[in-house]
Amino acid sequence: MKKSAAFLIVALAVSIAVAAAPARAQSDQGVSRSHAWVNATVNGEGQPRGYLQYQNYCSMCHGEGVGKPGTLALQAKYKGQLPALLEKRTDLTPQLIKMYVRNGISVMPIFRKTEISDADLDAICAYLTRNNSKQ
Amino acid sequence: MRVPPGVSPADFADAIKQYEAAIGKEWVFTSDEDVDTYRDSYSPFWHENEEPIPSAAIAPGEVEQVQAVVKIANSHRIPLWTISTGKNLGYGGSAPLLGGSVVLDLKRMNRVLEVNDKNHYALVEPGVSYFDLYRHIQNQGLKVWIDPPDPGWGSLVGNALERGGGYTPMRDHFDCHCGMEVVLANGDVVRTGMGALPNAKTWQQYKYGFGPHVDGIFSQSNFGIVTKMGFWLYPQPDAFLSGSVMVSKHEDLHGLVEVFANLIDSNIVQATTTVVSPLAYGRDPELAALRAKGSTKDLEDYAAQKNIPYWSVSLPFYGSPKVVAAQWEYARDKFSAAIPGARFQDGASYRFPLDADQLAKIANPVPFGVPSLQTFSVGGPRSQGHMWFSPIIPMTGESVLEAQQVFDQVHKDLGEAGGASAAFPVWSFFARAFVIIYFFPIEHDVEKNRRNREIFRRLVTTSAEHGWGEYRTHTAFMGDISDAYSFNDHALRRLHESIKDALDPNGILAAGKCGIWPKSMRKAKGVA
Repeated sequence: MKKSAAFLIVALAVSIAVAAAPARAQSDQGVSRSHAWVNATVNGEGQPRGYLQYQNYCSMCHGEGVGKPGTLALQAKYKGQLPALLEKRTDLTPQLIKMYVRNGISVMPIFRKTEISDADLDAICAYLTRNNSKQ
Repeated sequence: MRVPPGVSPADFADAIKQYEAAIGKEWVFTSDEDVDTYRDSYSPFWHENEEPIPSAAIAPGEVEQVQAVVKIANSHRIPLWTISTGKNLGYGGSAPLLGGSVVLDLKRMNRVLEVNDKNHYALVEPGVSYFDLYRHIQNQGLKVWIDPPDPGWGSLVGNALERGGGYTPMRDHFDCHCGMEVVLANGDVVRTGMGALPNAKTWQQYKYGFGPHVDGIFSQSNFGIVTKMGFWLYPQPDAFLSGSVMVSKHEDLHGLVEVFANLIDSNIVQATTTVVSPLAYGRDPELAALRAKGSTKDLEDYAAQKNIPYWSVSLPFYGSPKVVAAQWEYARDKFSAAIPGARFQDGASYRFPLDADQLAKIANPVPFGVPSLQTFSVGGPRSQGHMWFSPIIPMTGESVLEAQQVFDQVHKDLGEAGGASAAFPVWSFFARAFVIIYFFPIEHDVEKNRRNREIFRRLVTTSAEHGWGEYRTHTAFMGDISDAYSFNDHALRRLHESIKDALDPNGILAAGKCGIWPKSMRKAKGVA
């Protein structure tokens, strides 16, 4: 408890005191993949069913890039045995996904129907199971 | 079907039918499966009978529907508990304080009504999260910042009403609100501040309107349901600069905090930062041994030998490049004059707007107005959540040391190991005082949770004995903390109860919130 809390405090305190960054780059490519949730509606063209919903509701924790606690937790849990990125899993099922979304797990809280509707949840399941040959 | 306390099954069934007619059957949740989604995901009562579970949940989509459900609640004496996005985790989440209440879920009311980037404000509904508003602003290309708290999934309205905080110069969320719309328990709709003037042009630009400024009574309370709220936004600054101040002696804390307070109160430093001792959380076994048994001199020697500061603070500056550089230089001069031997190190600096590549590299973008959930990157594998003990202490070195020692002693008195307190540093979320944020883990372990609740309650009473009060708390401890604010035989609570009885005589709104109970329940709850 103390250690994880201490790390939280270090992380918060140090995050402001990191080494100086370079001046702003010339180009602006739009929002990066680490912030795909910002304009998923724009980047959603041609993407599989549920991509949009996944970016909007899940990617802040389960996306790729820095500061993604869901991906970090799964990395710690599976230690490389399974992909830490949910989008790259090939073994997920709608039942499993719905169980976690409607019941929570570890620090992931419950998500209600007013936050993620059943229709949106079905779409998210379609996206995350698209690579599961058994689905 | 679960039934609210004091309501007959027949009356409740009738109320449910009326709710369904008023807002649509699909938005009235009564099945166990649906109602369980309103439990507090971080409940300190998980698996215990004491955990307050709702009887039902209703989710209106607009103000007229809120008025309708409030009228139904009044006629049937149904206790309601309002949530915005329901993400008040660590403080009760989406669950009511009174078990059996009907949760009034405002998440569907999620419109961003206006964002203005010339006078820098927004008007939003309760269901708008920080992620939602940020996305709106980015997609519209507006040059204003929001001020997210640590997790970005919460509601601007809900967080401000709880008086939460963030990291930029707009960090005091309730202070930065401007104008509200409130549905009262009798179904009336009121707009505060300039909003009370029809066709007002300055509802989100001037806070006070005319006559008594009532907004405050709707924060951390149960006097009305806020359905719209205005917020001042920060004009996108040109630059950010940070610098660390490091001192080497235990006693240097006094000078460090004195200068810090001067800079905060002069608006030279305008944002949230923390005064820490790296010695409090280093993991070196030698250091751990010194923390337990060593003297202050031992710790100072260790710090000198390892070239780490005894105390440090990272100062954040926002504004134009020349101004922030000058402010940092001014700060260094003041610290040097007060503490010979103070050392300094330049920290991160940025120009805004950040481009995609830069943003992708910043693990914690929250101090730059970008919402995130990165704060959850810590917490052990068994952790099922957390809750916070958050006393307000004076902004003095003396108070910091006293608080650490006093709260440490509480742990020791209850048979726990000491040493945790120093690892929870002080923060400047709110101007002119420090707040300490103590982290309590929640696990699905009844014994551990019971133990932590006991420690928490003792911290509350001990805190009060020293003249320190908490700024906010979990529904589990609202009675304890309300009891501590007891000046003149609980005169403030009597005032709250007078307002409650006038605005909500049937006590249908958020019973028990911050120690305020409906008249009919006061005796049973021991506050009459």
